[in-house]
Amino acid sequence: MARAFLRRFRVSPWIVGLALVTPLVLMACSGDPYPQSTLHPTSDTSEAIDALYRNIFWWAVFVFVVVQSALVYTIIRFRSRPGAPEARQIHGNTIVEIAWTLAPAAILVAIAVPTIRTIFKLKGDAPADAVQVEVVGHQWWWEYRYPQLGIVTANELHLPQGRPVALSISSADVIHSFWAPKLSGKRDAMPGRTTHLAFTPDSVGTFHGQCAEFCGASHANMRLRVMVEAPADFDTWVARQTAAPVAVDSSDALVLAGEAAFKKIRDPAAHSCIICHTMAGVSGGIAGPNLTHVGSRTTIAGGTLPSDSAGIAQWLRNPMAEKPGSLMPTIDLTDDEIAALVAYLQSRK
Amino acid sequence: MATTAMPHSTTAGPTAPTGLWSWITTTDHKRIGVMYGVTAFVFFLIGGLEALIIRLQLGAPGNSIVSAEHYNQLFTMHGTTMVFLAIMPLSAAFFNFVIPLQIGARDVAFPRLNAFSYWVFLLGGLFMNASFLAGPLFGTGTLSVAPDAGWFGYANLTSPQFSPGPNIDFWVLGLQILGIASLAAGFNFITTIINLRAPGMRLMRMPVFTWMSFVTQFLIVTAFPVITIGLVFLMFDRVFGTNFYRVSAGGDVLLWQHLFWLFGHPEVYILILPAMGIVSEVLPTFSRKPLFGYAVVVYSGVLIGVVGWGVWAHHMFATGLGPIADSVFSASTMLIAVPTGVKIFNWIATMWGGRLEFRPAMLFAIGFIAQFIIGGLSGVMHASPPADLQQTDTYFVVAHFHYVLVGGAVFGLFAGFYYWWPKVFGHTLRDGLGKLHFWLMFVGVNLTFFPMHFSGLLGMPRRIYTYGADLGLNTFNLLSTAGALLTGVAVLVFVINMFLSRRGPPAGPNPWNAATLEWATDSPPPVYNFTVIPTVHDLLPLWRKGGMEPSPLPATPPAPIHVPPGSVWPLCAAIGIITMGVGALMHHHLVPSLATALVGLAVLVVSIYQWAFEPFEV
Repeated sequence: MARAFLRRFRVSPWIVGLALVTPLVLMACSGDPYPQSTLHPTSDTSEAIDALYRNIFWWAVFVFVVVQSALVYTIIRFRSRPGAPEARQIHGNTIVEIAWTLAPAAILVAIAVPTIRTIFKLKGDAPADAVQVEVVGHQWWWEYRYPQLGIVTANELHLPQGRPVALSISSADVIHSFWAPKLSGKRDAMPGRTTHLAFTPDSVGTFHGQCAEFCGASHANMRLRVMVEAPADFDTWVARQTAAPVAVDSSDALVLAGEAAFKKIRDPAAHSCIICHTMAGVSGGIAGPNLTHVGSRTTIAGGTLPSDSAGIAQWLRNPMAEKPGSLMPTIDLTDDEIAALVAYLQSRK
Repeated sequence: MATTAMPHSTTAGPTAPTGLWSWITTTDHKRIGVMYGVTAFVFFLIGGLEALIIRLQLGAPGNSIVSAEHYNQLFTMHGTTMVFLAIMPLSAAFFNFVIPLQIGARDVAFPRLNAFSYWVFLLGGLFMNASFLAGPLFGTGTLSVAPDAGWFGYANLTSPQFSPGPNIDFWVLGLQILGIASLAAGFNFITTIINLRAPGMRLMRMPVFTWMSFVTQFLIVTAFPVITIGLVFLMFDRVFGTNFYRVSAGGDVLLWQHLFWLFGHPEVYILILPAMGIVSEVLPTFSRKPLFGYAVVVYSGVLIGVVGWGVWAHHMFATGLGPIADSVFSASTMLIAVPTGVKIFNWIATMWGGRLEFRPAMLFAIGFIAQFIIGGLSGVMHASPPADLQQTDTYFVVAHFHYVLVGGAVFGLFAGFYYWWPKVFGHTLRDGLGKLHFWLMFVGVNLTFFPMHFSGLLGMPRRIYTYGADLGLNTFNLLSTAGALLTGVAVLVFVINMFLSRRGPPAGPNPWNAATLEWATDSPPPVYNFTVIPTVHDLLPLWRKGGMEPSPLPATPPAPIHVPPGSVWPLCAAIGIITMGVGALMHHHLVPSLATALVGLAVLVVSIYQWAFEPFEV
């Protein structure tokens, strides 16, 4: 009876180990359900990290199974039973102790060598022909500047598939951390410093990310998307972003009303759209995101709302409710003004 | 020295005075230990309540149980409370009660300084938590102005520009006040352990709990000055407009991170080493076998304390330190796994061949080992900088350090509660409820924190009050919330057990047949601890070779025993310090602020003067 119980328990650490591993294996088989996963790499950098992580993970599973099995076995075998003899008073055993000092040291060397190799592989150097992007963290949105291409955009980072990318990361206010897990590990965005990330995306797709360093009230709402596109699609996107903004359709009364609402100087003046936002040909504010091509983005408000009529209207009605602490105040807008602004902003492709 | 105080009439039986005033003026290490325990446990319940609200908010995506601002206050205060107001002072409760008994002393070296530490801790904790209700005093329009920049308070989010309210002032001043308590206690216990050991108790005959506490005190007195410097810089930036962390004026936000983590990593060992010490006492007692490799367990504790100073930058891999620094700090961090692993093997070997009795203290000690293994392994995972770039600031790290601090430190402290309860109160906690407490907590803690590994790896950052429903995190978060509620029930069972066990049968001096000196005297011990100071010949004085006869102590003291008198001045000095803190809190109004601070200073100076020249008779 006791032996059967014991035998069952000897097996159980393996069940524990399996229970540990199965979800990971299952996750590896599915893609979409986890758009922000660290376990589904889609760039050279994130693949190198993932390979290293899996190496360390299996060592950890090995140690876990061995040590927990030893613990469980000891607990069961040496439990107090009636009539058991006094325990032998052993104070130690030098040989055994040296052995179990060296064994973990050896495993750690096995982890340290690939670790240091990967550190130097991911130093952040990118070839000269890499796509350069300056990433600037703001409370609570991301600004992307492409100095080679003359593009300034927000929250949605467009990158070409298969070309090296070099990100230069900094902050306009407090510390943030740029993180798009499927493409790379985190890199902090700090005021007064510039940090670097380099990677080459290898798959087309939309990848989620978000700020990973606590940065104030709406840290949770500082999300981002990375759109990796086939080179031709990327070129199309670049052409549209660098082209002059489309003319305002003078036959569309709603869009015209929206433009007027956008340009209107309100009381207080800080409630006027043009004070904080750049709209090429209209305004040059820099406190908020550049809106010149906002109609071409799929999300607004730091990636928290869809860029459809309902989403934009919801944002304009009460930014504080969507993004607590938001620098964009709640502006006294009529429903008509909101409808007009939505139409105008959506026309800014 | 205060221990050479008045001649006290001494016979067997309770000679200590009773009543509120006797507690306010007490300098008895045992009473101070009890006060530390009660206060810290209340803060533990408050911190746990904060955790439950956090978990309810995260139970489903898009919840709005609390606002973003309140959520940020809750996780800041949860971390600050659990580290500085719960786990550290719960350890201090055991330092106070157990160390003098374990080394065969009559009290600590500086009994009034010990009382001062406690009062500063209590008032500092109240000061910090008063921020939950202090909003109206500052005209902020909200009730709560609790700190809201995280327990790590990264510059420059804490600067007046980005945190203009009183929230961060409460935090920066509260932590400095609490630091005074920790430093005073640290010096006190170092002196106590070095000077007041019983005859024959050489360093390598000290019980492991005392040894680990000894290492902890050195970490406290060396690490707290570092955070104090960081906090003083921050206070100067906020109060006097200096530019230590103001980037536009040439300050550096990374300066704070280096100072904070230079303190912060040794702090981790300040939290866990006492629990390791407790486990090292409990396992041999309930295995009926000496600790396996006593010397190695002691040396590895010392080594953890030393190497713990060389790993701080592993909290900063994402700042881009460069490949050389990354490699060095990665290697030093992995190195710590060796002495830690050795301890685990020694604990298992202690049980090997023993006669294991699964009393609640033993169950919690075994739970400590099982869960500390998990926390240790995930620690090695993010000791690797490239892997850490994915894991840092995610729930994977939240899982890691909660396995160490809840699965480890808190389980160790609960083992200590069950183990020393009869020594403190004279009767044991109920076994059945204790086992129920353990199993509920074991399941609850693992249900809370194991799924967090997955939420983290699947991309859930820390410190977010809400998350997208489309990230695949819903199930794991729901499991964590269920586990947190179960853990809450477990703690409730413990509270019930405390009350139900009030009238248990007398436990006697040594209910567990343990081997160390604290079990040689009565439960609870008389005010003078030992009728005569025992002479120590062995590492395990009550387990003499060939049997477990207690070393004989007379039932009554052969001569009058000198015990330290009570004093009210430590409390008055603590009140002076708090008043100065309140003055600094009002720094936007110069005159009242200065006036309050000066009153506080006057109270402090007068109290210290009175304390220094206090006559020995009460």
